[in-house]
Formats: sequence, C-alpha cells, structure tokens
Amino acid sequence: MAYDKFTVLKSTAVPMPIENVDTDQIIPARFLKATKREGFGDNLFRDWRYNGDDTPKQDFVLNNPIYSGKILVGGRNFGSGSSREHAAWAIYDYGFRCVVSSFFADIFKGNSINIGLLPVQVSPEFLDKIFKAIEADPKAELEVNLPEQTITIVSTGEQESFAINGYKKHNMINGYDDIDYLQAMKSEIKTFAEASLY
Amino acid sequence: MSTPKSLFDKVWDAHVVRKIEDGPDVFFIDRHFIHEVTSPVAFLGLETRGIDVLFPERTFATADHNTPTINQHLPVADPLSANQLKALETNTAKYGISHWGLGHAKNGIVHVVGPENGITQPGMTIVCGDSHTSTHGAFGAIAFGIGTSEVEMVLSSQCIMQPKPKKMRVTINGKLGAAVMPKDVTLYIISQLSAAGATGYFVEYAGDVFRNMSMEGRMTVCNMSIEMGARGGMIAPDETTFAYLKGRELAPKGEAWDKAVAYWKTLPTEEGATFDIEYNFDAADIEPQITYGTNPGLGTGISQNIPLANQVKDGEASYKKSLGYMGFAENEQIVGKSIDYVFLGSCTNGRIEDFRAFASIVKGRKKADNVTAWLVPGSHIVESQIKEEGILDILNEAGFELRQPGCSACLAMNDDKIPAGKYAVSTSNRNFEGRQGPGARTLLASPLVAAAAAVTGKVTDPRELI
Repeated sequence: MAYDKFTVLKSTAVPMPIENVDTDQIIPARFLKATKREGFGDNLFRDWRYNGDDTPKQDFVLNNPIYSGKILVGGRNFGSGSSREHAAWAIYDYGFRCVVSSFFADIFKGNSINIGLLPVQVSPEFLDKIFKAIEADPKAELEVNLPEQTITIVSTGEQESFAINGYKKHNMINGYDDIDYLQAMKSEIKTFAEASLY
Repeated sequence: MSTPKSLFDKVWDAHVVRKIEDGPDVFFIDRHFIHEVTSPVAFLGLETRGIDVLFPERTFATADHNTPTINQHLPVADPLSANQLKALETNTAKYGISHWGLGHAKNGIVHVVGPENGITQPGMTIVCGDSHTSTHGAFGAIAFGIGTSEVEMVLSSQCIMQPKPKKMRVTINGKLGAAVMPKDVTLYIISQLSAAGATGYFVEYAGDVFRNMSMEGRMTVCNMSIEMGARGGMIAPDETTFAYLKGRELAPKGEAWDKAVAYWKTLPTEEGATFDIEYNFDAADIEPQITYGTNPGLGTGISQNIPLANQVKDGEASYKKSLGYMGFAENEQIVGKSIDYVFLGSCTNGRIEDFRAFASIVKGRKKADNVTAWLVPGSHIVESQIKEEGILDILNEAGFELRQPGCSACLAMNDDKIPAGKYAVSTSNRNFEGRQGPGARTLLASPLVAAAAAVTGKVTDPRELI
C-alpha cells in the first residue's frame, strides 16, 4: 500500500517514558478482529487509555490535552512481543508519523517502516533530553529530518543523527514500497525457485 | 580453506535471491503459514493492486488465533470472529491455498500443525504473520514472524526484504535436574538475558541440553526466542530430527528422503565458526522457573524470592509498575501464592509431551477447588493422542476437562479470557499486562509447575509432587 511521503517532520511530541511497551499494550488482541485496515487508532493503548466502562483514564498521556503532535516518544524496547502490524497501523491511524525510542523491537521496527511510520532510534542520553525538554515545555517541538537523518530538539538546538538503510530511506522519502520492487523482479524469483530444494 | 560457517549462515545464504546495496536482502521463503488474523489485509492488498499469489502451493492456512475452544461444530457466535474465519476460507479458495480451517481433521495451532504434518523441515526458510514462528527453528530451519505487509510480499513474490541479523549462540552443557523441563530452560535463558537481550540477533542453541532434548522440547525453546527479542532461534538437525520427521505426511519419501537427509547432515555449524556474541550456562543452575512480572524476562527459579529493583535489568519505574500490576512486592516468596486459573496449551506447550507431563502430576490427585483449569490441545492430532494414550481418563478422574484446539487464553482473542485481577499459572509465552484478558495476571511456567498449581491451588514446587 503506498503511503505518505516522509521528508522533514516538525512537531510537538507525546511523551511515554515507559520501558518494554509491548504490542499487546499498543493494541490488545481482542481488537484485531477486523478484516480491513481501518479504525485501529480508536483502540490504540486501549487498556491504558480507557477504564473497563470505556471512560477515559485521566492520568494517561493520550488523554492529557496539554500533549499532542505527530511524534510519539517511548521508553526502551518499544514494540516488543507480537508481530501484529496492527500495532503500527494503530499508531499511524491515531495520527503519529514517527516514533522515537532508545531501542526498538525488530519486528515492530520493520512493520513501521513498511507502512510509512518512521522509527527513530536515539541514544539513551538523547532520549532523556527529549523527555526533559517536553517536561519543561509540553509544546517543545522536535524536528525529524529523514534526508539528513537527524533529529533536533528545536528549542535547544541539540541534535543527534539516526541510522536507516539507504534503500528504506529512499522508499520512505518517495512513498515507494517493497511490493512494487519485488513485482519488478518476479522472473528472477521464479528462476531462483526452480532451483529450490523444497 | 574456506571460513567455517554456522548453521544460520548456511541456510540464510542459500536463500538470498539478490543483495541490495545499503539495503536488505531479497530473501526467498520456502514455506509460508497464514492464519485468520494477520492475513485478511494482505489479501485485500493483492486485490487492490490486482496481483496474484505467485506460488500458492508454498502457503498453508489454518484457523487458530480467534477460534472457540468449545462447541466448534456450532456457528461462531461473535460476528467479527466469524467474518474473519470466513475471509480466510474465501481467500484461500480463491487463490488455491491449502486451508485447514475450523473443524478440519488437521486443524490446530499453526506452529503445532506445521511440524506434526512434516511441512517444517531442516534447512528451510519459514515465515508466518505470528512472532512465534520461531518455533520451527527446532528443525534447523530459519523461521521467524513477519507483519502483514510482509505476508502480502510473500503471497505475491515468495520473498521478503530482510536485513541479515547478527548471530548469537547460547550453549548449555550438563544434565538438567528433576522436574526441569524445556520451558524452564528457555525461561531461565530469558531471565538471564532480559526481554530485550537478544534483539537484533538470531540465536543458535547448542550443547548437551539441546542435543538430548526431544523435538517437542526443542520447539518450546525455539518458540520462546522472540521473548528475549531474538527474531528466531534454531537447533542443528540431527538423528532426533530425522527420526521425528520420517514418515510424516508431507516429509520427503523414498529417494527424496535420502537425498534430503544427506543435505541436512551438511547443515550443522562447523568447528571454528564465529558468532557476534556467545553465552554459556550450566544445566545444573536451572531449577523449575516461574515469572512474577509483566514481561517474560522477569522470571526466576521457583524457590527464589521476587528480586529487588536493583537486581533486575529493567528500569526501577518500569519494574515497580510491573510488580504493582501483578499485586506483588519485592523480596516476596513466590511459592505459596494462591492462584485462580491454570492454562495448559499454546504453541509453546500444547503438544503431547506437555499433556503427558501435566498428567504425571495430577494422576491420583484432584483439581483444587479454587482453580479453574483450561486444558487446550495444540491440534486435533494432539487431542487424539491424549485420548489414545489414556491421558484424558487421568485428567477426567482428577476433575479436569479437555477443550478443543486453538490459541485460546494465550492471547485471549476468543472468549477464553482470564478475569481482571485473577492469577493464572500459564504454560503460554507472554505475561504482558492484559495479555490473557484485561487486568489478568499471568505467571508463566512449565506444564509440571502448572499441574502442581492446579492440584494445590497455589504456586508449588513440582519437585515436591513427583
């Protein structure tokens, strides 16, 4: 599925300084029953966001109106657990375009890039600086520059670079996806398959 | 002389169709499993693009995540669940994909069904839209979970774009103690490395403990690799592997079998092959394990107390949040804690050896009155074995009932949900907040520990009952 192109994103951010945010928290299994990719944002962080009677939990960050923006900043080991791409869909559908953490689980990271949600891995020290900047001013902005591979805390000018492979970067900047690439090399794949042992 | 290669390198390198400069490998997939939850949007993608399934014979479908575990002959009551099952049936029929749906004699959990029917073989690459696909690594296959975008890639091109992970080897030598099961081995490793300790790596398990382990035990270990962040885990194929596979329905036969075995024997890691990181543990240090927190790395030997915040790798705030959710405190004893539910099943521990182990403890005893027990076989084949071996009679006499196959309370997508605040000793793989139902509190353990809890109504060291 083609997705929005990603170049430079300047936005306020939502802080979630919790470690090991697993994909069951991002979207619990009971909300995976749809056969279409729509509406998952409504159940993003469902059990942290709502009480059992569906009233919002006032102390949860997404229910706090002073925080908003297109960037979600999470603690270490973000997205662990289940391979459900629904987790990345839910974050994207809610309105985020970038997730920042000091460490991502592999499958979540891959799923995010595949749908146009940019995972930005920073050092633990820089993550701490981001949390402090947002704590000092909930309207503090971050600038994520994909072509330059940098993330900047706008108010202080503090900056760090992040890694992404050249192929995926090119895809995200242009809104290309892997399926088009693979379709274009189908004959090469068929030849490979003919020699397969299995 | 060529550089000594690892099992992982041999299998990986044999499946690279193209290397993209400063990018991932275009990686060929031999076998693809799909189920009802993570495949519908992939099929929708094919339709939107107007493209076909390239090799339908390389994909196998089973319904497991969202199926009821009682009255499977009746229509599924939840319309959303019924719709998802219907979508799988329609999509597989449309593209000519084998579908072992609800009610089919071979239906069951995807990671139980694949091996027991001989679909899973050494040297293969196997993916599925489920993180516990790592299970199949027990055969010396590279097997890992993928997202739905990748399911669409495999359906349409039999390839995914995958950067090659780093390599880790975990070696355990020595002899395991009494009542120590493969589940305890894996929970021990994860507690030592933490829930993120193997992220970015593919793990090979080596040493006496794994060589002497049954195929089902190896599956339990490889299954849990993802719980320390590893994409997958694998164990070199050997005579145990070949003996398990021989004669299974979809395993090679006759001349093809001999040829396959000859190739499989070339796969084990060569002497001198290097790994990015290595860990060594001693089997004698492993006792029956149990988790007390909200990630699988927060586990310990059952005789130990819950650690202090400064003794774990998780940050203090996260650790305290975790214990708060569980209703536990630092330095408390785990043994003796009252429990409410027991779940035996899942792709981790839903095979015949798991039911044999559970039965060995409950035989001649009675289920504790305060315990609700859900015993869910991993497949219809496992269910038949339970009946044929007389295990069902033992379970019934002890006051237990057997449910029908499926993922069940492992992820609580169907009606099998542990109520809020209740404690469950579970043989499944994840103790995340709400994993087994909103507010549910999960203690992960082996089938023996689960059985000991089921008959005593509290966390009990199984060594006292064997």
